[in-house]
Amino acid sequence: MRDTGEMSRFIGRFFVEGLRPRYEVAEFIHQCFVIGYKSLPLIGLTAFIIGLVLTMQLHPTMVYYGIEAQIPAMVGIAIIREIGPILTALIFAGKIGSSIGAELGSMKVTEQIDAMEVSSTNPFKYLVVTRTFAAMLTLPFLVIIADAISLYGSFLGVNIYENLSFHLFYEKILDYLFFMDILPAFIKTFFFGFAVGIIGCFKGYYSNKGTEGVGRSANSAVVVSSVAIFILDLIAVQITDLL
Amino acid sequence: MKKQTASAVAVIRIRDLCKSFGTNKVLDHFNLELHQGESLVVLGRSGSGKSVLIKCIIGLIEPDQGSIEVLGQNVLNLDHAGLDKMRTQVGFLFQSNALYDSMTVRENLEFPLRRHSINLSQEEVNKLVMEALESVGLEHTVDLMPAELSGGMRKRIALARTLILKPAIILYDEPTTGLDAITSLEIIALMKSINERYHTSSIIITHDMKCVKLAADRVAMLIDGKCYAEGTYDTLRQSTDEKIHPFFQ
Repeated sequence: MRDTGEMSRFIGRFFVEGLRPRYEVAEFIHQCFVIGYKSLPLIGLTAFIIGLVLTMQLHPTMVYYGIEAQIPAMVGIAIIREIGPILTALIFAGKIGSSIGAELGSMKVTEQIDAMEVSSTNPFKYLVVTRTFAAMLTLPFLVIIADAISLYGSFLGVNIYENLSFHLFYEKILDYLFFMDILPAFIKTFFFGFAVGIIGCFKGYYSNKGTEGVGRSANSAVVVSSVAIFILDLIAVQITDLL
Repeated sequence: MKKQTASAVAVIRIRDLCKSFGTNKVLDHFNLELHQGESLVVLGRSGSGKSVLIKCIIGLIEPDQGSIEVLGQNVLNLDHAGLDKMRTQVGFLFQSNALYDSMTVRENLEFPLRRHSINLSQEEVNKLVMEALESVGLEHTVDLMPAELSGGMRKRIALARTLILKPAIILYDEPTTGLDAITSLEIIALMKSINERYHTSSIIITHDMKCVKLAADRVAMLIDGKCYAEGTYDTLRQSTDEKIHPFFQ
């Protein structure tokens, strides 16, 4: 309960500090590189495997019912609406949430945050605002890239069993995919990114008990942000259903 | 015989400072003055509130009561900009060095210069960085990462970062903690040479008696949240007071 109150205050402070100058543009760009660009190989690889494996797992069942021609549409909708955003966000939480939690936690226990304050730097702006905005803005783009790679993996999976052209594969997906499938899936990823960033920062910023606390911050950043992603996803699905 | 260079002008004046954490009263009407050019050691047991005291001076911790005047300004009345300005004149050497792990030594030293919005060309910044590194004898480490340095070297780099703004006052938080005996002596010698070279005044927080003996012009004893006793090392060493005597045994 106390954590929830502190977290709410932390989020409130994020918006106040984030809107007020001085803007830490250079650090924000650096964090976009670290958080976004450096996550690409891991997210790309897992997305490719998911697309490929999902197609290979579906194939026997779809053949049994004689609807294997629907595999591209089925996989496409599943990946774009749900699997792509949620899996990318969970991998992102594991990689970035833990890294932010551990980095800020270690900065806290080694007095680097105090040293920043002494050097005329608002550590909240420099560390929390930049990392949270970077996570919020890079995750949606990572999801778009992950979806594309995942669909390519699926295309290769289909071609293990039959010959299907790249053009036809995507045409079959687009036949069944509507704008309202793509837009909510894209929008919710901003919230997933925000959750990963702010929770990682919160856990690290209030880390204590020395090195043990750093490990605990990293761990709890991943656990809490993963749960938050599922809760946000549930809310997003409910809202999408109403529209 | 220690060379006395301190003048009677107070650069830091602390009056009735109180700070509690919950029911734990760490500072209880604490009074102290630091004179210009003086090296003042604040001596106390672990957890007695020494670090809290210097963090109150630099504005990192807000005291519950009292006043802290630094170079004529009451720290507690300063706004954010005022605090920043004051911090350009007061250097702080952190107990854990607080070097930024993700930055090179050069970037660590450039950080306070850039953040304090001091308008300097890259050439001037480079010159100041090299000058600060030269004063601690570590010019060759400029492009290394903090993780590549030994404990003593990290302490020296942290000191160079403190020096780069040419502060009038330096606050040292446990400068010899975690260092071996020889490196501790080197750091103490370096602190003394910096005081002489840059004419700084300093408050040194420590419980290392070797550091007290070698670095202090004057010693203030922080006991039970109060400035229990003040004097030179030799005067306090001869004290028979049951709270002071154990420190000098």
